[in-house]
Amino acid sequence: MNADSVVSAKEVSKVFGKGGVVALQGIDLDVTRGEFVSLIGPSGCGKSTLLRVVGDITEPTSGDVTVNGKRARKAREDRDYGIVFQAPVLFDWRTVAKNIALPLEMQRWDRGRRQARVAEMVELVELTGFEKHYPWQLSGGMQQRVSIARALAFAPPLLLMDEPFGALDEMTRERLNLELLRIWAETGSTVIFVTHSISEAVFLSTRVAVMSPRPGRISALVEIDLPQPRTAETREHPRFFELVTEVREALHATGADQVEELLAAEGVE
Amino acid sequence: MRVQPGRTASRGRAASSWIVSAAGRFAVFVLVFLVLGALWEGYRWLWMNRGWTVPFEASERTMPHLHDIVAQLFREWPAEGPVLGSTLLDAALFTAKEAVVGFAIGASVGFALGAVIAHFRVLQRGVMPYVVASQTIPILAIAPMVVIGLGSLTVLGHGPLPDWLRVSVIAAYLTFFPVTINTVRGLQSADPLALELMHSYAAGRWRVLWKLRLPTSLPYLFTAFKIAATASVVGAIVGELPSSIQSGLGGAILNFNQYYSAEPKNLWATNIVAAALGISFFLVIVLAEKIVVHRAPERLV
Repeated sequence: MNADSVVSAKEVSKVFGKGGVVALQGIDLDVTRGEFVSLIGPSGCGKSTLLRVVGDITEPTSGDVTVNGKRARKAREDRDYGIVFQAPVLFDWRTVAKNIALPLEMQRWDRGRRQARVAEMVELVELTGFEKHYPWQLSGGMQQRVSIARALAFAPPLLLMDEPFGALDEMTRERLNLELLRIWAETGSTVIFVTHSISEAVFLSTRVAVMSPRPGRISALVEIDLPQPRTAETREHPRFFELVTEVREALHATGADQVEELLAAEGVE
Repeated sequence: MRVQPGRTASRGRAASSWIVSAAGRFAVFVLVFLVLGALWEGYRWLWMNRGWTVPFEASERTMPHLHDIVAQLFREWPAEGPVLGSTLLDAALFTAKEAVVGFAIGASVGFALGAVIAHFRVLQRGVMPYVVASQTIPILAIAPMVVIGLGSLTVLGHGPLPDWLRVSVIAAYLTFFPVTINTVRGLQSADPLALELMHSYAAGRWRVLWKLRLPTSLPYLFTAFKIAATASVVGAIVGELPSSIQSGLGGAILNFNQYYSAEPKNLWATNIVAAALGISFFLVIVLAEKIVVHRAPERLV
């Protein structure tokens, strides 16, 4: 493990229930500083579980997870990561500004520092003017941007994202993809990103981990060598299509029944 | 791509639509009031004229004119004494004091009990049956014990509780139940993902309670408070009966009950005052909820 390692998973397995479902088996994954790694695979391949194991929300049945050179639990207690779920999970009794300030309150930042940081974050996710709005006054895309701002508020070195744009329409999703890349470049953070979408994974990532179900394993790792920074034109780059094909074939190779469903949902093929 | 907030415009629209909906609600309230009044007077008129007796007879004794009942509030009672309305207002204030203290005790005890039960799930099955059982015993069966039992209670050399405070304890007995039930429900209703989010911040139990569980439970709590507020008024009125307290609405009701055939309007007038007291308690809670809970408007009950 080198000094730039942010996440290192060794032989991680997760079994749910007594003698039950094997969600993860023998997972090895190393993520280095500044990487953007997507986990992709059909439902039930354990990609969300892997993310939750890295974040110490779920404990692995066996194996070791190191985050920033520490045990996952210690890393969580040190607030080494920010997390974004598929649902925005905003507190609807708090305004946008107060929602973003939540993790800062938890870390007992003083009021002045908090306000300055929230202002910065609001600008970063381009929600200036909406600070005093309540979540239910915002669109789904705006709510998810608040959720991202909240996760980034205390500048965690690692960002864990569990299908953050899965519930959004295609237009909003593509716009937020670009925003996320801009934020990633500006903050220099490391991202682990769970998604169902092949094109989203290829567009965003520096590396894509293709997972297969029953038991959940990483069956292929695809380097995404598209030039940075990525723009709307990246999606029309011939190399983009090659990589999409490569990831799709890797998914096919997993032999999972659900791959067809996955591809159908994608609108490809 | 930036979206500009149209704050002032939407605020202005929100304010004017609020006025429209408030006016609408008031109009409906008045309309229902008129319909109920018309039903009362219509029934009285028809049944008295035709001499019908089913389902019940209408007479000056069973159904006085509404305007006579209201007018009764401005008549001296007993003769040469203060007007009835002023006597009843004093009685209502006395009962209100009992009910407010009873509500405060009941809501606090109910919340504390609910919080403990929500926190230790083992208690849910073990304690809940007793909480439920406490409400199946009629208040009148418990009131004498509370009144006599607390009559001899001394705390740190301070003498027996004043009579009215014992009535508050009875009101509290009726009040705590809905608060306990809804506290348990409310504190356990936090979104599992929100709990995971707090977990990711390494938040301790108290911070999770304070920052997440408590705010989530507020709509549940206020629903309970609304029920408890009106229950505390009923509890105070009923509690006055076995305590032989004459100064409150319970005393007035008992008194006017005994003289009902001579002057039915007194009891009806007292009922109106008691109802008004209950409604004002309810409205205070509604107002408090509006101030405390900032939710999507459609989620407000």
